[in-house]
Amino acid sequence: MAKIIVVTSGKGGVGKTTTSAAFATGLALRGYQTVVIDFDVGLRNLDLVMGCERRVVYDFVNVINGEGSLNQALIKDRRVENLYVLPASQTRDKDALTLKGVARVLEALKKRFEYIVCDSPAGIEHGAIMAMYFADEALVVTNPEVSSVRDSDRIIGMLASKTRRAVQNMPPIKEYLLLTRYIDKRVDRGDMLSSKDVGEILAIPMLGIIPESPTVLQASNAGIPITLDNNSEAGVAYLEVVARFLGEEPPKRPKKSIFKWFSSTKN
Amino acid sequence: MSALEFKGNLLTLMVLHLFESDTEIIAEQLAEKISKAPSFFQHAPIVIDLQAVRKNKLDLAEIVSLLRTYGLIPVAVRGGSPLQDEIAFNLNLGRLADVKKPPQKNLLEPKKSAKAPISPTTKIITKPVRSGQQVAALNGDLIVLSGVSQGAEILASRHIHIYGPLRGRALAGINGDNEARIFCQDLKAELLSIAGHYKVNEDIPADLMDQQVQIYLDEESLTIQSLLG
Repeated sequence: MAKIIVVTSGKGGVGKTTTSAAFATGLALRGYQTVVIDFDVGLRNLDLVMGCERRVVYDFVNVINGEGSLNQALIKDRRVENLYVLPASQTRDKDALTLKGVARVLEALKKRFEYIVCDSPAGIEHGAIMAMYFADEALVVTNPEVSSVRDSDRIIGMLASKTRRAVQNMPPIKEYLLLTRYIDKRVDRGDMLSSKDVGEILAIPMLGIIPESPTVLQASNAGIPITLDNNSEAGVAYLEVVARFLGEEPPKRPKKSIFKWFSSTKN
Repeated sequence: MSALEFKGNLLTLMVLHLFESDTEIIAEQLAEKISKAPSFFQHAPIVIDLQAVRKNKLDLAEIVSLLRTYGLIPVAVRGGSPLQDEIAFNLNLGRLADVKKPPQKNLLEPKKSAKAPISPTTKIITKPVRSGQQVAALNGDLIVLSGVSQGAEILASRHIHIYGPLRGRALAGINGDNEARIFCQDLKAELLSIAGHYKVNEDIPADLMDQQVQIYLDEESLTIQSLLG
């Protein structure tokens, strides 16, 4: 049974698209048929992060409007087997997404894919609601700062009230917290909220912590999902998130050991 | 063991008051009223009140069949003349005791609804109240077993109890109940209010933050008191 996963946050710039690309790539690396959809109509970015921006012919809105077929719009990743991208339209706005149209496209994708990752736009308006409406699970991407936490809180409330599962009284969406752009040192100094604080406020299971890393920006600009960079700390963290999502408990990284922690505080 | 039992029971029944005896006028107005909410009238038992037309000549059989075509189920008449009662009996309708007061002439005029005393109910919330959400117990106490986030708002006409951290806004006694109180396990509120007397976060004494407290009105002044001291 195909699963629809929304990557959402409320706030912009916290790493939704990076996460969508890394997470979808991670699932595909594990052998699952995976598609990642850009719901950010009018401000499309996912194609850049996935490095397929020069191969976009038809997009999500074309498929909804029947101007192109799903097969024409899906872009197969050249690096990872089983991975496809459904890009957003850059020339339209969010109103082009209709509930019926989105439902139809997702139904068609469900027949072909095991995981459907929906990259939500920022905000709590129509586009974000379209992205979350049909989700079975949600990754709530949050930065360790108060405004991001509050926006995530708002989004979690909407996941529980504005989505199909809520409206039709089905079992609720499974929500997971993903803390991104985390800097241990700044947490120790008290500049940033700790993962414990954020976890307490949002009160949903934590799927992982992604450290802030310059490799993320480099990978984005190069159009390479960070999970394909074996030397990136963030990439490794995302692979762990995928493992945890699939129900495995990844081995504790040596980085987390107390010795390392002591040595890092000394700097 | 007896196979059956008769019991008296007070029920709410719809009563159709007739003010005209002209079947045509009745038919016309009935159609109009029922078209507004056809499903409401489906299979509804109904009593026909004849008080206002007891002296008139009335085609009761026609009216009863008219009501039945709309899905209503006439069960009894009341207030009719002996002759009308006789006709009703022949139509298999029961006869209810007359009401003392004659009914109001015009039902369309809004009636002053007598304030029925509503029994207070307690609302219990088990999940976190998230930013942007509002939970209100308009008719009693509100108990939140989880946290109330920043940007969330909880309201109650009576007391509020919060068993998780209170980071949002809590307003008790929203209908002006000076006796209402707020009880909370971990005070981090944005705003506290009882019967319109409020304090914002800045006005909360620092030594009471993050504490178990109760909030009540002491001579019109909002008072926060530690529950531990």
